[in-house]
Amino acid sequence: MLKLNNVEVIYDSVILVLKGISIEVPDGKITTVLGANGAGKTTTLKAISGILRSERGEVTRGSIELDGNRIDNRAPHSIVKDGIVQVFEGRRVFGNLSAEENLVAGGHIVSKAKMRANMEKVYEYFPRIAERRDVISGYLSGGEQQMLAVGRALMSDPKLILLDEPSLGLAPMIIEEIWGIIRRLREEQNVTFLLVEQNATLALEIADYGYVMENGAVVLEGPAEQLRDNADIKEFYLGMSGEEKRSFRDVKHYRRRKRWLN
Amino acid sequence: MDGETQFLIELVTNGMLTGMMYALVAVGFVLIYKSTDAINFAQGEFCMIAAIFIASFVFLYGFPLWLSIIVVLVLMILFNVALERVVLRPMIGRPVVAIIMATIGLALMFRGLGPLLFGAETRPINLPIPDLPIIWGPLFMSPIDVLGAAISVIFLAGFGWFFLKSRIGVAMRAVADSHQVSMAMGINVERYFVIAWVLAGVVALLGGIVWGNAIGVDTQLAALGLKVFPVVILGGLDSIIGVVVGGIIVGVVEALAAGYLDPYVGGGTKDFTPYVLMILVLMVRPYGIFGKPIIERI
Repeated sequence: MLKLNNVEVIYDSVILVLKGISIEVPDGKITTVLGANGAGKTTTLKAISGILRSERGEVTRGSIELDGNRIDNRAPHSIVKDGIVQVFEGRRVFGNLSAEENLVAGGHIVSKAKMRANMEKVYEYFPRIAERRDVISGYLSGGEQQMLAVGRALMSDPKLILLDEPSLGLAPMIIEEIWGIIRRLREEQNVTFLLVEQNATLALEIADYGYVMENGAVVLEGPAEQLRDNADIKEFYLGMSGEEKRSFRDVKHYRRRKRWLN
Repeated sequence: MDGETQFLIELVTNGMLTGMMYALVAVGFVLIYKSTDAINFAQGEFCMIAAIFIASFVFLYGFPLWLSIIVVLVLMILFNVALERVVLRPMIGRPVVAIIMATIGLALMFRGLGPLLFGAETRPINLPIPDLPIIWGPLFMSPIDVLGAAISVIFLAGFGWFFLKSRIGVAMRAVADSHQVSMAMGINVERYFVIAWVLAGVVALLGGIVWGNAIGVDTQLAALGLKVFPVVILGGLDSIIGVVVGGIIVGVVEALAAGYLDPYVGGGTKDFTPYVLMILVLMVRPYGIFGKPIIERI
């Protein structure tokens, strides 16, 4: 289980981005973090994976624990060895490498035999990638690139995958396909997911538990079905308003206050 | 075969041999560019300083050549490890220009350091090979060039295999593609920077030996860096095959210019024709003949 306790992140020694957030990611579950742009979702993932350091960010307070061991402010490659791997927003495949070479790079930390075995596993989950293994990945479609990015993450035998906006810019059908694979991975490979999304509808469809972030703090948390029914979430994230029909005359007045802000 | 054709064939073969030797120096640029995305403007100076050390150890301290080469190889590796750690590592995440400027500073430092330590006179590196030309059918080839080209071919083939097929090579290309994403894959990016710089140092040493043997060792050898620039740009900064093809093109063009144009203008054309060619190629293919075009999905 991954536990963030009151984590504070500061960039460039002055910019306070995360103001003490606490998140728990239980094994074998899909946990989601929702929030608008700039809420600190991606920073949270980078703090966990250690990538933060390459952007001059630092965990200045609190702790990040994986199964009881602290992993905050460690080098990213040692965190991958502990079984946490991040899939970046916007896919970020190695565009000049072929799909298969992307997988080879993803399996960098495992032995050669294990890498071969993992590659077969990835091809089994993503037959589309298997078909296009020799294509330079920069020329793959968006959906294929997202699948490759998830497949590449699987190459290092992770216990926990940090997924940053996998739905970004993809057709609903492709997203459904990827969601299906994520569910299978959880059941068959016992992989845990921490999913960051702006699209709350999609995220709450697959997640077991969710957190809502705003301005670098967690403002709301609960089981996914509970969040789906929460009036504030409905209004601000799911784009549904109250039941009754409103006259357009009232629209201007209508601005629901977020209940979690004072 | 008439004299005219014979002359042409000779120019072309000698141009190709020289071209392979250019490629050996040029591959140093490619190694750095492929893994760190920066251009090492000190590559020519690396060759020069390696050659100066080798020649000086032989002439000033009486080392046998093989020992001198091994000692300099070790020094070169240590130096590059230190260089990466002290100068270049703090620049990770900074704009590439910062690294380029650092290499220019390094180049100037080397140009001063060589003569300061060992004096400025020209010394030879004498590889144990005969002076008599190799005659093969209608061809006359100088053994120095043949050996230089052979060493180039062997190492270039080795590097080509390394980058394309080995896991370390794939990881290095991944690092070149994105430092951040490579880190997230568990690749120790800093270690690969060290490997790249050490390899560049080793290539520079080979280049220094081959070229020092061919033209003698002094600070003029550093001009090689500039000289092979058209090679790198022609072939594409990130392609080993490109470097070979670029090297051969530049070598042949130089030889042809020297053979056919020099008699009319009184010499010197071989020094600038490669640059003219470079500009022409850049107009048509800005990323070189074999370079990676920037992939953009719209």
